[in-house]
Amino acid sequence: MILAQVVVVPEDVNELFDWPPLFDGVNRVVLLMWLAALLAFLFLWLPYRRPKIVPGKLQVISEAMVDFVRNGIGRDIIGPESHRYEWLLLPMFFWILFMNLFEITPGINFPPTARMAAPALLAALVWVVFFAIGIRRHGLGYLYHTLVPPGVPKALLPLVILIEFITVFFVRPISLAVRLFANMLAGHIMLTVFFLTTAAYFTLGPELLVWPIPFAFSLVLVGFEAFVAILQAFIFTLLTAVYIDSSIHVEH
Amino acid sequence: MTPEAASLLGAGLAYGLAAIGPGIGIGLVVGNAVQAMVRQPEMAGQVRTTMFLGIAFTEALALFGLLLFFILFGQAG
Repeated sequence: MILAQVVVVPEDVNELFDWPPLFDGVNRVVLLMWLAALLAFLFLWLPYRRPKIVPGKLQVISEAMVDFVRNGIGRDIIGPESHRYEWLLLPMFFWILFMNLFEITPGINFPPTARMAAPALLAALVWVVFFAIGIRRHGLGYLYHTLVPPGVPKALLPLVILIEFITVFFVRPISLAVRLFANMLAGHIMLTVFFLTTAAYFTLGPELLVWPIPFAFSLVLVGFEAFVAILQAFIFTLLTAVYIDSSIHVEH
Repeated sequence: MTPEAASLLGAGLAYGLAAIGPGIGIGLVVGNAVQAMVRQPEMAGQVRTTMFLGIAFTEALALFGLLLFFILFGQAG
């Protein structure tokens, strides 16, 4: 294999995906998750420690993004009482965003969301939250309104209830987690392939001038992945808002 | 056919087939969203949010196919 001559390929390819723990139960993925959480905290805390009437650069960016999550996602989807669920939406958006942006950060080049842990945790949290809101607001009426759509013929009810139950309580959290996970993993693999191809052509025959092609592609893909990173954070938060909304307004 | 070969074949087919439907679906969603935005530019913001929602739901199916690819690929390995 050409690639094996250029890139140091370990004996077992799984070594690339398996990171040994640095110390008891903490490996690189966990460290990056902590770093993302710290960055999200600082990003929200630093500008508002002493907010100024004429905002500085960081405060402008932070205010614009908080406004986007608060109004563009929360208020537009959930409605006037969206401020009661901002404790979930805001930190979630910024945590996912910073984890996703590690994918294109030089030197790190790995999104912790490309491992199932963080998406699964967040999806489980969202599941608990929308179920708890529904039960607290409507009691058992929540289950009735969610599982029995209006205007269904009586004969079809058992089938419809079964399908709705699986859709709402199984497919929703699984697809929520898998969407984020698979998008970031696919992007990560795509970037790796193009970077390695560039390295291989550059090392084997720079005078052939093949390497600018994968190099140009990888530059374009970095931009594309920046877009995907922001989009996936947005979509995850948006769907959380939609699920919360569907638990509050169950009648339609 | 050995089990490994079957797994690899299935992995390729799984993602390839899973990409067809969502490909058509996302095309329909975005195409109609563009039409809606052109006809009523003042609704563009709301249409865009709904478009992303539609894309997210449609795309999930293709991603399940991708996941299946990894599972089957791992079985062959």
